Amino acid sequence: MILILLTMVFLLIRVLPGDPVLLHLEKHATPAAVAQMRHQLGLDKPLWAQYFDYLFGLFRGDLGKSMQDYSSVGQQIFSAFPATLELAMFSMVIAAALGIVIGVQASKAYNKPQDHVIRIFGIVTYAIPVFFLGMILQLTLGLGLHWFPVGQRFNPMVQAPLGLNVGSFHFSTGLYTVDSLLEGNIFKFIESLRYLFLPSLTLGLVLSGVFVRLTRSNMLETLRLDFVTAARARGLGENKVTYSYALRNAFLPVLTMVGLQFAALLGGAVLTETTFSWPGLGTYIVDRINFRDYTAIQGAVIVFGIFVSIVSLAVDLLYAYLDPRIRL
Amino acid sequence: MLSSILPGLSTLAKRGLAGWLIIIGAIFVAAIVVMTAISPWIVPYNPTEIPSSPKILAQPSTQHLFGTNDLGQDVFSRVLSGGGVMLQVSILSVIVCLAIGVPLGLFASYAGGATDRVVGLLMDSIYAFPGLVLAIAIAAMLGRGVVNMALSIAVVYIPSYFRVIRSQVLSIKEMSYIEAANAVGAKNRTILTRYILPNIVPSIVVVATVNFADAILTAAGLTFIGLGVPVTIPDWGQDLTNGQRLLTSGAWWVITFPGIMIILLALGFTLMGEGLSETLNPRLEQ
Amino acid sequence: MSGENREKPHLLTVNNLTVEYWARRGRIRAVEDVSFSLDKGETLGVVGESGSGKSTLGLSLIHLVPYPGRIINGTIILEGQAVLKLGKEKTRDLRGRRVSYVFQDPMTSLNPVERIKDHFVELIRTHEPKVTKADAITRAKKLFKDVGIQPERIDDYPHQLSGGMRQRVMIALALALDPSIVIADEPTTALDVIVQAKILDLLKTLQDRYGMALMLITHDLSIVLERSDKIIVMYAGRIVERAPSSTLYAQTQHPYSQGLLKSIPNIELAEQKLTAIGGSPPDLLHPPIGCRFWPRCPYIMEICKIKEPPLFETSVDHLVRCHLYRGEKAS
Repeated sequence: MILILLTMVFLLIRVLPGDPVLLHLEKHATPAAVAQMRHQLGLDKPLWAQYFDYLFGLFRGDLGKSMQDYSSVGQQIFSAFPATLELAMFSMVIAAALGIVIGVQASKAYNKPQDHVIRIFGIVTYAIPVFFLGMILQLTLGLGLHWFPVGQRFNPMVQAPLGLNVGSFHFSTGLYTVDSLLEGNIFKFIESLRYLFLPSLTLGLVLSGVFVRLTRSNMLETLRLDFVTAARARGLGENKVTYSYALRNAFLPVLTMVGLQFAALLGGAVLTETTFSWPGLGTYIVDRINFRDYTAIQGAVIVFGIFVSIVSLAVDLLYAYLDPRIRL
Repeated sequence: MLSSILPGLSTLAKRGLAGWLIIIGAIFVAAIVVMTAISPWIVPYNPTEIPSSPKILAQPSTQHLFGTNDLGQDVFSRVLSGGGVMLQVSILSVIVCLAIGVPLGLFASYAGGATDRVVGLLMDSIYAFPGLVLAIAIAAMLGRGVVNMALSIAVVYIPSYFRVIRSQVLSIKEMSYIEAANAVGAKNRTILTRYILPNIVPSIVVVATVNFADAILTAAGLTFIGLGVPVTIPDWGQDLTNGQRLLTSGAWWVITFPGIMIILLALGFTLMGEGLSETLNPRLEQ
Repeated sequence: MSGENREKPHLLTVNNLTVEYWARRGRIRAVEDVSFSLDKGETLGVVGESGSGKSTLGLSLIHLVPYPGRIINGTIILEGQAVLKLGKEKTRDLRGRRVSYVFQDPMTSLNPVERIKDHFVELIRTHEPKVTKADAITRAKKLFKDVGIQPERIDDYPHQLSGGMRQRVMIALALALDPSIVIADEPTTALDVIVQAKILDLLKTLQDRYGMALMLITHDLSIVLERSDKIIVMYAGRIVERAPSSTLYAQTQHPYSQGLLKSIPNIELAEQKLTAIGGSPPDLLHPPIGCRFWPRCPYIMEICKIKEPPLFETSVDHLVRCHLYRGEKAS
């Protein structure tokens, strides 16, 4: 299926109306300039040759050259990727955590006013454009109350987290939270969290609605099952019943949902990054669009697709590991 | 017309919560549609004209109910007239999806075998991909404008129609009345149109409603990135994009009101979708 | 009720218990005006079709009627304490420790993501927090011996055990804290015939050894005829007959009980006509006016369709809710 994805992206910029080179060069499209760019990017070869170059290039990690300056798209993406990864991870955690906590509350207050409010919350969060929410949060919590910083990824007056440095051995992940811990610098760690908070809260809130509904309905179903009544009949306390019995069994579908929602998460991440000037893949792709750098866009889209596939696979494996019925 | 709507409404209301959701959602949508349609006649100021002596970023007041933006334009007027783009984009995308997605779904799943698998694989690949990213990529290639936005959204959304139709068709296909129809020599085309299609209409309606809501949000997103419509057309998404630059000035009214309108429009469709989905496939909730 | 009240107090006394469910379409009286008593070491059989209210009755005794059901009337006195008036904590304490419940379907009654030993550890440590995990497991293994499971199985997950074994685990859990009463709701219905007999015998053996009172809820009259001291027959939420089991067998008085008796195959009879009870269980939303059984009763009289019969006392400890016996004293 990845193959189909890659083929689709390949065809995307070559099949759709409009010559990418012409569109890029616009007013500077002299025949000589066009021919040169075409040649440099390998766009003058026959289609099937391009396809093979494309696929083999991907195996080697070569994502092509930017139209702007012929530099390696792969390099550019590689440096922008960690920011998106960090944002995505934290947002997903917030979304799932919020969803589960609120969903459990709703299931315990079934059909009471609390339940209805929560259900409405679930529906409304879906209808809020993520960038609008981002701007509102920036206005209120950031600029208004000054609780959180706005407009970048890290404190501009402090050196970015460096990661692990032992002698000549250097290791960093690009994830500021992890790197600051590796460096042993708590101040940087807290700073990175402060800057991460608003963007991930925004994205997490918008995504949480799905998890709220899922948890609520799963819990309602599970709470009706025999083994829950049997547990109550043995005198186990409500907390134990809710969490050890009901939630642990209702939890696995939430995990699957994390995998399914990941695609939506990435889409939202693009908008969130743009709103918060977060220097990740989303900002990268939007920039490249403004520069009409179509090869770069192609590269970024490929990376998004592969990222989603890997996460889906990981979630499937994790699910199989966690469910004792499958494991044994 | 009103006399036939009212009895319909009371039937819906009797269906309890689900019916109310549909009604409320429809009211939101209808109100916005009407507002946009009559806006040329009721706007206090011209929403696109840049006044010669602009009152920039004025706070909401009796003169300018929602204040003014950085070009001196009246926000209230822009709010009244800004829904047009989104409505057009979403209607167009739904039409395209129906025109392509429904026949595709019907034929591929009814035919079965290799056709079904190939098309299904293609659809699944698109479906698994981050929708917004794909829409952005397509729109980037096609360019700006209402039609291009609608097309990008449609391409991303067709797999959803396909999936829903496919699952319905597969279950109906097994039912005995299809076998019976075949036994009396009915042509495939007849079976599809007279037996299967009417039965899947409810699900299609539900998907289409959600399609509307998603289209609106995606259109807003595309506009925000710069792939929307030219600035001469008033558009809520455009207002939000502009507003982003103005955040630090604290002029909250420039983005808040258009943003709320987008939410209301998307919410209207979402509520309708929820209500419809419950009416047509009632959940067995105790 | 009769002069029982003046004798020494019973272990469990239930008076006028009424349980209602609110469904979207209306009210259902799952249990109506039920009264009985239970003594230490006694076995009580509760017999009825599905929908007769017997399971709801069992759950009411530990105040665990699921939403949207509610107990709207009646008292339950256990060892001198009013169960329905106990606060949340005391009720929780009572469940599993003084009264335990064995559920019908062992397949679905255990937590699928927990090992068997954890079920025991949780149970024991919830009620006796000072017990260590190791001690709890030791006690559990001892119980395993009593119920006939190999002690190694304690590390398994529920889905690794057979139905019969799971039911034994449920019984072991029920006995773990030495309760005064064990309520067994259809303990054998989900099992195959051979295992059924074994489980029932096991319950009897354990009862002899531990001395608890046993309430056997079932739809199968044959099970309780042999194994209980007294029997309650329920229909549409009401008690229609109550008697010591030997009396019930010898003099079955209520037409419904007679029907149940006649539908039990008896291997010793050379020729036996098996008769089923005609008709179907009543719609509890709109129960029949008068006696609830009259649409299916072979002996109906005019009065049956008008007035619901009270419980008539036909002899000591034998109560029947039927107009056929209207000559007797009403209870």
